[in-house]
Amino acid sequence: MSTQPRALVALNVVSLLLLAASYYASLVYAPLEAVMGAVQRVFYFHVATAWVGMIGFVLAAVAGILYLWKKDLKWDEISVAAVEISLVFFFIAIVLGSIWARPIWGTWWTWEPRLTTAAILEMVYLAYLLLRQGVEDPEKRARFGAVYTLLGGISVPVTFVSIRIFRTIHPVVIGSGSAEAQGGFNMAPAMLQTMFFAIFAFSIIFVTIFWHRMRLSALANRVEQLKLKVME
Amino acid sequence: MDTPNTLNYMLAGYLIFSVTFFGYLVSLWVRWQGLQAEEKALQEVENQE
Repeated sequence: MSTQPRALVALNVVSLLLLAASYYASLVYAPLEAVMGAVQRVFYFHVATAWVGMIGFVLAAVAGILYLWKKDLKWDEISVAAVEISLVFFFIAIVLGSIWARPIWGTWWTWEPRLTTAAILEMVYLAYLLLRQGVEDPEKRARFGAVYTLLGGISVPVTFVSIRIFRTIHPVVIGSGSAEAQGGFNMAPAMLQTMFFAIFAFSIIFVTIFWHRMRLSALANRVEQLKLKVME
Repeated sequence: MDTPNTLNYMLAGYLIFSVTFFGYLVSLWVRWQGLQAEEKALQEVENQE
């Protein structure tokens, strides 16, 4: 994208390096897990993408509150950008989890609490983007979006704590989970370092993509203004 | 206990991650290019008026 601010160009470079380092840490630096084998390595990207996905949904809810308070359409644009990016990351997290589950649980999918709440979360925000398109007036659309992201935001903590409060087979790697959890493992120091590094790297990558997405919104607004001007 | 061979699942996971992640970046770039072209065309129309 042309004429990017220097800070954004720097973030692009840093993000690419962090992504490359995350691949290296997950595929090479972290030791092979003895019980599950190589598939355990998807865990690092699974956790990191789920993390930034949830952060984005929370950000959208916060922007929704700020829109209802300030009535500034900028907050609506922030909500949409955050939801769009989070949908991509959270989709990746769900798919990676499913791929891990196949050899470990013996199934691609099971309707246990974490997977069910995660699927609901993804669908709630997919519906958000689709339903917005049905509202023509920008003010009404923003008000609808703000209330929706606020209500949708409830499903984020529900999804997060589901493996800690419900009986579930989804493992909890940090902290204690359900006694029925399958596929848990003790993290070697290098595994723990890789997981936290991936979470950090994907958080920076999220910021970079979010900035690009906001620039896209600004350009779309300029084009919309020009259209109105030309049609007058 | 022998470590199972789950390499193909790992490769599938990283392949799907890469395709989805970079696919989204490409979609952002394509939308940007489209909007820029539209902005340019509209500016030309505005200048002609």
